[in-house]
Amino acid sequence: MVARQLVKRFGDFLAVDGVDFEIGKGESFGFLGPNGAGKTSTMRMIACMSPLTSGTLRVLGMDPATDGPKIRSRIGLVAQEDTLDLELTVLDNLMIYGRYFDLPKKVIRERAERLLDFAQLTERAHDKVDPLSGGMKRRLTIARSLISEPDLLILDEPTTGLDPQARHLLWDRLYRLQQEGVTLVITTHYMDEAEQLCDRLVVMDHGRFAAEGAPRQLIEEFSTKEVVELRFRSGEHEDVAMRLADVAERAEVLPDRLLLYTTDGDGALAEVHRRGLSPESSLVRRSTLEDVFLRLTGRTLVD
Amino acid sequence: MTVEAQPVGGERHRSLPTWLRAVRYYAYQYKRTWKGSVTTSFLYPVLYLAAMGVGLGSLVNKHVGVVDGLSYLDFIAPGLLAATAMQVAGNESMYPVMGAIKWWRTYYAMLATPLSVLDVLLGHLGWIVLRLLMVSVIYLGVMAAFGTIHSPLAVLAIPAAVLTGLAFAAPISAYAAAQNTDVGFTTIYRFILIPLFLFSGTFFPVSQLPAWLQPIAYATPLFHGVRLCRGLTEGHLGWQAALVSTAYLVVVFLVGCWLAERSYAKRLVV
Repeated sequence: MVARQLVKRFGDFLAVDGVDFEIGKGESFGFLGPNGAGKTSTMRMIACMSPLTSGTLRVLGMDPATDGPKIRSRIGLVAQEDTLDLELTVLDNLMIYGRYFDLPKKVIRERAERLLDFAQLTERAHDKVDPLSGGMKRRLTIARSLISEPDLLILDEPTTGLDPQARHLLWDRLYRLQQEGVTLVITTHYMDEAEQLCDRLVVMDHGRFAAEGAPRQLIEEFSTKEVVELRFRSGEHEDVAMRLADVAERAEVLPDRLLLYTTDGDGALAEVHRRGLSPESSLVRRSTLEDVFLRLTGRTLVD
Repeated sequence: MTVEAQPVGGERHRSLPTWLRAVRYYAYQYKRTWKGSVTTSFLYPVLYLAAMGVGLGSLVNKHVGVVDGLSYLDFIAPGLLAATAMQVAGNESMYPVMGAIKWWRTYYAMLATPLSVLDVLLGHLGWIVLRLLMVSVIYLGVMAAFGTIHSPLAVLAIPAAVLTGLAFAAPISAYAAAQNTDVGFTTIYRFILIPLFLFSGTFFPVSQLPAWLQPIAYATPLFHGVRLCRGLTEGHLGWQAALVSTAYLVVVFLVGCWLAERSYAKRLVV
């Protein structure tokens, strides 16, 4: 997949502002960014559901403007909002979706058996979708998008709104797909998700890419090895940050905490205490993509 | 069915046209509700023909004699057939269209597959054709049981009723696809479907209307649907009237399709 100077405009609003990217076969590529960064607009263009305002895009070597249906027959889409048929059963949902691809019923039944097992929904095959949990519905949506055995799977915020357990299960399933060689394109505003699932990612903000690379590489490039999180009484953070300016390579003040970027977290924390400061709580951790994002945009990912 | 009809690569043999795959979805869905729906399609004509045709008809026949040369039952039965087609088409084109966009997001599910916006629209209209066929066949059966069919041409009242329904389904779908709330649907029922039902020659000849209202009645699609259905079941349809009414309904349908395609694309492709 190749995109050059991709632009999407809605009236006066520039959702995607001239981005370039290439995604190779079998790669797992992420778009990380806050809500409104232009991730979904980019996904919808890749999925041939939304025309480009300008630029060029090739998906699976074809042009979405002319080969939309042909491309869509080879991709699976997990949209942000579920489009399952709540009144039908789990199995029926796979059946009707497979029939849009004109797969013979027999083929769908065979695949459905495997996919329901994969999605851990075998026992619910004959239940209606409506009462299923959010995690189950997401897994069903993913299973459904795989019914046509796509070469490319597009997931738009696959785990938003799910509890941690459901998310981990879903990550495991996506990891397996990745192992099987399916190309994954994922948008997310969870940095842990991006770190877990993506070989390579772009940090997206205001329709542009702020950085691009492998998760570890981005962290090395834009952040320090460790971070000390300090929580003081509200209103004190600015003041404390000034007094600790020389303790860390960089300090960042958030509304509820102070972040110190350093190669030696424990050393920095010891220095904080030595200077007679007593934070209400403190935590030394490794740098994450959240820190990269904060560094690049000055804002946190999830408000 | 060939097993090697695998989708990989997008090439396969004897594939079903994409828009028909959308029709197939509605048929699949219908399996859940067909009993209630068929019962209604059967009861509706039985109740109307018994109450209006036989009950009210006996009064009309006693005091007025014949209406446009027909007994009252013979007069209103085909009129109600056309009006029913209009109502079924209207019902199927309001909430189901807006719901498929806003509530169930069915259209978006379809559009993530090889189906295009035009396929989504044609699938919807194709399904309405099947629903109209069902309703009209049942209606005609009930009319036969009431003894109000007087011509072999009556069989042609089925396509006439389907066409009447389509002339409403297409423009109403165009409207519904642009809606965010159902407020407008109430307006359509109040100011279009119910007035047409009552005043388009269904229950009494348009010639009974005040002179200034008559041209409006002649301009409504339902008037032409009623004229076709009545002429065919009673066997008195002139070829000129047949041609004019058919052409009129076809034009309304095609203009409606054009509007609906634009409306669907505007809403679904952003």
